[in-house]
Amino acid sequence: MSAEKRFEIFRLFFSILIALLVSFALIFLVSKQPVAAIMALITGPFKSGRNLANVVEAMIPLIFTGTGVCIMFAANQINLASEGAFHLGGLVAAAFALKLALPAGLAPAVCLILAAAAGALFTALPAILKIKTGASEMVASLMINYLSLWFCTFILMHFILDPAAGAASYSLPKTAKLLTLFSGTRIHFGLIIALVVAVLGHVFLYQSKMGYELRIAGSNKQFAEYSGIDIVKVILISQLVGGAVAGLGGGVEILSPIYSRFTWTSLLGYGWDAIVICTLAKKDPLKTPLAALFLAYLRTGASIMARTTDVTLEVVQITQGVIILLAVAEQFLSKTKHRIIAREAKAALQKEEAA
Amino acid sequence: MSDQYVLQMQNIMKIYGNGVVANEDVSLSLKKGEIHSLLGENGAGKSTLMKVLFGIETPDSGKILLNGQETTIKSPMDAISKGIGMVHQHFMLVPSLTVAENIILGVEPKKGLFIDMKQAVAEARRIAEQYNFDIDVTAKVEEIPVGVKQKVEILKALYRGADILILDEPTAVLTPQETDELFVQLEKLRADGHTIIFISHKLDEIKRICNRATIMRNGRSMGTYEVSEISTDDMSKLMVGREVVLTFDKKPPVLKEVMLRVRDLTVHNAQGVLKVDRLSFDLKGGEILGIAGVEGNGQSELINTLTAINKSYGGEIFIKGADIRQDSVKGVRERKLGHIPEDRMTSGCAGNLSIRENMFSNQYTDPAYSGKFLLKTKVLARRAAELVKEYLVKCKNPEQNVGMLSGGNIQKVIVAREFSISPDIIIANQPTRGIDVGAAEFIRRRLLEYRDAGCAVILVSADLNEVFSLSDRLAVMYKGKFSGLFTDVGSVTEEQLGQYMLGLRHDEELGGAIYER
Amino acid sequence: MLRLFFSPDFVIAILRATTPILFATLAAGVAAKAGICNMALEGIMLFSALFGVMFSHMTGSWLIALLLTCVCGGVIGLILAFFILNLKTDEILAAIAINLTATGGTVLLLLAFSGDRGSSTFSTVSAPAVGGVNVMTALALLMVAVMHLFLYKTPLGLQIRSVGENKNSAESVGIKSIRIQYIALILSGILCACGGYFLSGGYMNSFTKNMQSGRGFIALAASEMGANTPIGGFAVAMLFGIAQAVGNQLQLTSIPVELIQMIPYATTLIGLAVFSYIVRKRKEKLAKG
Repeated sequence: MSAEKRFEIFRLFFSILIALLVSFALIFLVSKQPVAAIMALITGPFKSGRNLANVVEAMIPLIFTGTGVCIMFAANQINLASEGAFHLGGLVAAAFALKLALPAGLAPAVCLILAAAAGALFTALPAILKIKTGASEMVASLMINYLSLWFCTFILMHFILDPAAGAASYSLPKTAKLLTLFSGTRIHFGLIIALVVAVLGHVFLYQSKMGYELRIAGSNKQFAEYSGIDIVKVILISQLVGGAVAGLGGGVEILSPIYSRFTWTSLLGYGWDAIVICTLAKKDPLKTPLAALFLAYLRTGASIMARTTDVTLEVVQITQGVIILLAVAEQFLSKTKHRIIAREAKAALQKEEAA
Repeated sequence: MSDQYVLQMQNIMKIYGNGVVANEDVSLSLKKGEIHSLLGENGAGKSTLMKVLFGIETPDSGKILLNGQETTIKSPMDAISKGIGMVHQHFMLVPSLTVAENIILGVEPKKGLFIDMKQAVAEARRIAEQYNFDIDVTAKVEEIPVGVKQKVEILKALYRGADILILDEPTAVLTPQETDELFVQLEKLRADGHTIIFISHKLDEIKRICNRATIMRNGRSMGTYEVSEISTDDMSKLMVGREVVLTFDKKPPVLKEVMLRVRDLTVHNAQGVLKVDRLSFDLKGGEILGIAGVEGNGQSELINTLTAINKSYGGEIFIKGADIRQDSVKGVRERKLGHIPEDRMTSGCAGNLSIRENMFSNQYTDPAYSGKFLLKTKVLARRAAELVKEYLVKCKNPEQNVGMLSGGNIQKVIVAREFSISPDIIIANQPTRGIDVGAAEFIRRRLLEYRDAGCAVILVSADLNEVFSLSDRLAVMYKGKFSGLFTDVGSVTEEQLGQYMLGLRHDEELGGAIYER
Repeated sequence: MLRLFFSPDFVIAILRATTPILFATLAAGVAAKAGICNMALEGIMLFSALFGVMFSHMTGSWLIALLLTCVCGGVIGLILAFFILNLKTDEILAAIAINLTATGGTVLLLLAFSGDRGSSTFSTVSAPAVGGVNVMTALALLMVAVMHLFLYKTPLGLQIRSVGENKNSAESVGIKSIRIQYIALILSGILCACGGYFLSGGYMNSFTKNMQSGRGFIALAASEMGANTPIGGFAVAMLFGIAQAVGNQLQLTSIPVELIQMIPYATTLIGLAVFSYIVRKRKEKLAKG
């Protein structure tokens, strides 16, 4: 491994460390029982099998949106619509699960495919708008996230609402639900789909022709043009694939044992989490499970902390924020980086001279 | 005696970090109230000298005397405060602001908290009138023509009190009428006591307007001359020349069939300016056609059209007999065309992808390297390692990012990529610009090897050594046409070449550009 | 129904809905003029909404609370500038980080401050209204004029615009672009803080978590549609306010509330597309000369 890459990893861990320290400091500031809170945050997930299972459950949606964002960002498109795609995917899967009475094996498959398709079309919208009118895909994607939210809420309230259950749909049929993998937990078949998606995402991005074109177009547009790559096509496909993955994630989440009805009436924030995952995974879908594990662990720890002490769950978002800030700050630790690289260059020189 | 000079640059030496000697013992003296031409080919060291004068670069040795007083110029702001103004080739204007706002930017007249816009406009008008510039100072810069933009740049410098004006190829972007207008104004400035450094390649213009000329070649000064006392032929002789004669054991060319046929090719650039003018030529397998010429005479447009990056052109292009009008870039490349682009960083590679990933952008769809969907990653990795070895790319391994390599090694990666498709046609645009001697030598030998193997090569280069020593036929491009074409490259002298490059000579009948059947 | 739309109450309702977005739009505009897309508006707004109620509770004065909130907004702008300009963090990622921190940080801070979870229950002093119009609304309208004068009539404004449009040319006449961008981002933070302050100290009279609900993002779009000028931004923000006020009225009808909620976002999206298309055509025309 080159000094450059080693340094990147070092910086990532250093950023995580600082972020955790900041969070601890905040906990000390707000809590009357800071030590208990920190202990709950750090060791809580280990305390019981159920807690560990919660970590795994929380990982699943993060892997999906993380992988989706990796693919969209690899084409250098700042499309933040994975948030809305996830939401829409959840609604589509739930709505079709309720409306189509399909047999057990088939129902989840059909619902998930439809969820993925909805997600794909959804995230392609900002890209199409950009290509046709030049409108910033970033701003457009921020707007359509809210359109997704209200559209989904509209469908919920007017088409699939169970009047007996408040703001929730009818119970999703058992036939459409994803299987539980381990009894006594809510770890479900979605985990396997998520891992497969992460692997396929990696293969797509790093081993397929399309992924290769996409990364070239993402890293230097003019070089792509000179190489004869159809940039418009590549951008569209990247947004379609990324959105499909995010939509699929929403579908998986709603059909998981965690939910029995569609109840989402506000944006869940998985799209923003995905950006943290993508940053931690360095745009490689294969590393998203690891990054998701980290975030899920933190989340689970935080919710245990929130249950058992006086600190709220939201401390995690601060940790995430600080991690992003530091992990992508090019100049952060740049002196150390320079030292490491210079040292390596010197060593190489000496080796050359000795030979 | 020195008091007759407003500015003297004495024995300026500038060596860049990568060891390139850009200025070697260069001296330049300006008399008050003269238009002084700084003349030289691309890469002769004019820009470096002007950067030193304008405080952008610090010289390694040498002195600058302003009105006889030794001085150091630390920054462009420092230069401006000492009365030196520069009009860059690429205008430094803010498009959405008005002319007056551009002129006063950074030195705004104030009335309380606000800009005194009335005074700003009045001052801009006053200075425009003082120098007979007919400009609407309230117009937005984005809406005025190029010639007027240039006037705004000059006014900007004058407003800041410039006594010495550096104009970097001011006529390159102007129409003949605009050029005439500019010259009238420059004469007026001279009459007012301003001193002007006029950088240009155009000898007729220098004859028309300049008093004296300092000629540079290969980082050195070839002397300063009274323009009235030196002929354009002599100027071109001093300007164009080779320092070291490269020698290659070049076999005589073995010509094959015509690979590339170009007929009446006409190309306009995005602004609608004619850049390639009814150009026709043939290129056979086994030969290298060198194209020399001062930059901006249509070479880039020609190459971009031949490689289908530019799709709007008049005339016809055939590769191995097939019309390429309907071809995409990919389509042309699939006809086995290799293209070394002019600027390796902007279009030749993706700096943050690995060497391996940069090696196959033109051939990853080849069945040897990919199936229907997937790349054959193992084959690619093996092939990349082979190419790295074959092309002597200095790197830790093929997984290293291309951006981390030196210029020469990046160029080798590009060359490896373009040559590894076993091309029938190679279009090499400045293949050795700005890279170390070893890498340049390596790339030149490779070009010859491919030519010997029957490949047709177009070589566009600003390096005359290179075109002279590699070309089998040598064309000079001037204003979108071949002004000269030599089938016997060995017999061409540098003086001749210079005359064609600078438009002093022009052959109407170009025998040899097209092969008669 | 129609009569309702033309009543003075309705105009006030429009102005009320416009105010927070207008502040944020002006904030987005000044940053954009300096060449930076300030997506952190969302987070700054949320932080300011909390700071507003906290400071007014502590000081008992809406004015001091507003001033202190503005200081905090400026500081967040400064932090953002430090990361973008000095540490070379991608501006979008830096903004996302600030937004995430705001989402978590406000809840945590509120908890530490009062023990409240999610929404404030302590007493606050909101900005007063004069004749039905909140002073913050008046301030927002005033700021349109002030920002217009600032950007187009002062030396600093001219320099901000030149840095945003062509950094090289600005630097070639001795303007220190980093300094200018710092100033623009701090200003952006302060303006946005006013918007956040109004959310919890006028629009509502308490703080609720995530109460900004996308207004920062809408402001970004609104500013872009208004060519990042204060007056253009004002027009678009008004349009948005009208959409929202109409929406609020329509809620009394049988049209589903969810569809009404979509109106502002859909309007913005369509407006943005149309505006971008016009700009693109105009640029193409200019390029052809």
